[in-house]
Amino acid sequence: MALEAPASPQSTRHHAGVNRGDRAWNGLLLGLGLAVLALAAVIIGMLLHASQPLWKAMSPWQFLKSTDWDPANDSFGALPFIYGTLVTSGLALLLAVPVGLGLSIFLTELAPKQLRPFVAFGVELLAGIPSVVYGLWGLFTLAPLLREHVQPFLAKVLGPIPGIGALFRGAPLGLGFLSAGVILAIMILPTICAVTTEVVKTVPLPLREASLALGATRWEMVRLSVLPYSKAGILGAVLLGLGRALGETMAVTMVIGNNPEIHASLFAAGYSLPSVIANEFAEATDASHTAALASLALVLFAITFLMNAGARVLVRRSKHTAGAHG
Amino acid sequence: MNAYAGRKVVNLVMMVLCGLAALGALLPLGSVLWLVVSHGVAGLNFTFFTALPKPVGEAGGGVGNAVVGTLQIVALACVIGLPLGVGAGVFLAEKGDSALGNAVRFTAEVLSGVPSIVVGIVAYGLVVVPMKRFSAIAGAVALAILMVPTLARGTEELVRLVPRSIREAALGLGVPEWKTSLRVVLRTALGGVATAALLAIARATGETAPLLFTALNNQYWNVRPDQPTASLTVQIFNYAISPYDDWHQKAWSAALVLLLLVGGLNLTARALTRNRLKGAR
Amino acid sequence: MSSKLIAAALLMFAAPAFADTLITGAGATFPAPLYQKWFSDYHGLHPDQAFNYQAIGSGGGIKQVTEKTVDFGASDAPMSDAELAKAPGVLHIPTVLGAVVIAFNVPGVTSLNLSPKTLSGIFLGTITKWNDPAIAAENAGARLPDMPIAVAHRSDGSGTTAIFTDYLAKVSPEWKSKVGAGKSVKWPVGLGGKGNDGVTGLIKQAPGGVGYVELAYANQNKLPVAALQNHDGAFVKPTVAAVSAAAAGATLPADYRVSITDAAGKATYPISAFTYLLVFKDMSDSTKGPAIAKFLWWATHEGQKTAPALDYAPLPDAVVKKIEATLKTLTVQGKPALASNP
Repeated sequence: MALEAPASPQSTRHHAGVNRGDRAWNGLLLGLGLAVLALAAVIIGMLLHASQPLWKAMSPWQFLKSTDWDPANDSFGALPFIYGTLVTSGLALLLAVPVGLGLSIFLTELAPKQLRPFVAFGVELLAGIPSVVYGLWGLFTLAPLLREHVQPFLAKVLGPIPGIGALFRGAPLGLGFLSAGVILAIMILPTICAVTTEVVKTVPLPLREASLALGATRWEMVRLSVLPYSKAGILGAVLLGLGRALGETMAVTMVIGNNPEIHASLFAAGYSLPSVIANEFAEATDASHTAALASLALVLFAITFLMNAGARVLVRRSKHTAGAHG
Repeated sequence: MNAYAGRKVVNLVMMVLCGLAALGALLPLGSVLWLVVSHGVAGLNFTFFTALPKPVGEAGGGVGNAVVGTLQIVALACVIGLPLGVGAGVFLAEKGDSALGNAVRFTAEVLSGVPSIVVGIVAYGLVVVPMKRFSAIAGAVALAILMVPTLARGTEELVRLVPRSIREAALGLGVPEWKTSLRVVLRTALGGVATAALLAIARATGETAPLLFTALNNQYWNVRPDQPTASLTVQIFNYAISPYDDWHQKAWSAALVLLLLVGGLNLTARALTRNRLKGAR
Repeated sequence: MSSKLIAAALLMFAAPAFADTLITGAGATFPAPLYQKWFSDYHGLHPDQAFNYQAIGSGGGIKQVTEKTVDFGASDAPMSDAELAKAPGVLHIPTVLGAVVIAFNVPGVTSLNLSPKTLSGIFLGTITKWNDPAIAAENAGARLPDMPIAVAHRSDGSGTTAIFTDYLAKVSPEWKSKVGAGKSVKWPVGLGGKGNDGVTGLIKQAPGGVGYVELAYANQNKLPVAALQNHDGAFVKPTVAAVSAAAAGATLPADYRVSITDAAGKATYPISAFTYLLVFKDMSDSTKGPAIAKFLWWATHEGQKTAPALDYAPLPDAVVKKIEATLKTLTVQGKPALASNP
């Protein structure tokens, strides 16, 4: 069976042209793939190289432990910024996770079908607002609101309680950990809601119907069928939100107060890893100052990488479970 | 009270809480949008869009150069980032089931989580220092680095969605492999890729941190990509943290313009998605 | 709306004349209001030259001029020997004099006297309320409220901070040992703001706020400023005359790096300072170099006339003479930057 035509000059040229085209295409694709790897290498390489001078003066552990940030005297410590980043992100999660979950349940279970696209649209709009606009709003609307109403109220009601009261003491400035936490909560809300909704939608209908058939109320159906099933995915959504909160720069810089110190009170001014880099990078003259900032960038990169990697693993695992059961 | 009534109460309470959560989520959104529109509209006039910023204390002036600057920097970022991102996505879809492919995919995931300020530092070292100047191109490089990872992952998923039958039909008709990928498969996925690209562009338009020490800022009109360039986001930041009421007003108006730009891009992306899903094939 | 924007933007490409020479500088926020006026006026006189000045703080100015990412820098804090070693060939050109003032936002209080001891107490955090006896003692008759003091300071590397802490270190041994002086220090208390702008914003927004800013910023925002006790014991408000008095007694070294805080004299304002533009003695760009030199000549002569209106004090004549000699030594690729009769 002569399927292959005999090698006439025409067809040989055609084959050669095809191979060349394919080879060029494959080469291009390979190049682009490698470019992504190169990009990551360049980023990590630059940060490592820039932070070199610091390791001559102190060990990484010392750097992470120290609370003293005094560039003029060559003293650098990452702890106040790690503290600020973790506190504001933690507060953001505390506020955004319940609201995000509630919103997601509202969207998938409760809302009348006509209302759903509008609410979902609203959430998408929230996600698209640039960080600097949130910062603008935070400075002129949120900060005065906190300073004049919320903070005095919290100080009066929760301040005197021993233990937890320490979180709510001090002069109400309007700027500080609390404002940054609230703004971050608003910013990560859409992420948490969107991913949770995606995950909750994969809960198989038979599973829900089963609990309803057994006489569960709406809430009990959510509690018994939907939530346990989506546990991993929801945790993934939370971690994704956390990852986003950790890296937020502009809105936080505008309301956190820019004070590199650790204080128990949420009313106090603080500093976060992205904010100090944004404020001080353009002017760091000594190699050691630049190295310290680059090291902070590495710390930030490491933390956000861990969060994002963990999140995607969890979200993927929960989707696979859906596939297996579905 | 019997157990069932108790359960019904719990149900009601929880449902109310969820409704409140929805309200609580939409309230800040409403506040931000309302304030940006109500404060911003007052400052929008022809001068605002066409004039250069004036020194403090002198009335008037505008953010014309910042609007042009943002468009310029984002356009440059697209030129660099779109081919790279989409191309890497096609690589992952076509050749991604290998060790190299997995490495690239993992790297793209890692990169998509890099905070924008860190990308700004990298772009400073990569472009500003060797070029010995702040420039629009440095800002564009920073934004492109932010666009590539999400675009790559999005494109990969979209290309993988194209049914194998289409690819096999083309190959069966004798179309060379590269032409199949480019003209047939990618074209089919184009709608989705365009959506992903629009979303990436919208995100880049709203970025401030990476531009702070790459494009810096500029008081004048600037078309040259190798010079510092004004941008809407940096201008909003500078005006917001200043003490001058006139500049605060301009910040709100500039925020309105920015929201319209970013919102417009997002809405176009959604409209494209809806059309695509409606008229499938 | 987006398409209308794009159309408007494209239209604007046609309209204005683009400057042929774009010169970029960055640095101090201390003189920024005056520099903005100067560059705007100069652009009117020479439309083909545009000076793009970005106020990112003295620290930023020094760094960027060292890395040569800008054509000139600006700083209120003279560069240290270590910094100069990294940027060989950089000259300091004094441009104008200004005052670091203590602006405050206390309801019901329009004037305030502060001695060095009280001032350092406020910024050290040992005096925490406005009705503290130490403040009351110096301000008989003022109705000081029972309100916490909200201190504002700089979060970025600042020449204004350098000047202020230089003064505090001179007058308060406690400040000198606990905090010290410099472009950025470890502040015992307070919120950090970016640039003079940011600090002014913080003071304005928080009732009970107090901070150190350049005089022009306080006046432009109608914030009251404190009268400080100078070296001779008199309480002096920051005025152009008081700043000039502080500079009158100063002896300038050849490289102009000097501190005039806590100067002697009855009418001197204790936190006055020179501010500098940082340029390379030998500039490499043949269009930008002469343009920069010519601008410096204009700024130190004609430009001085616009300074007092913005609350900056003009340079003493003796200093201007010295600067003329220095400007004549500026070169572009080895050749003199200025024509023989600028």
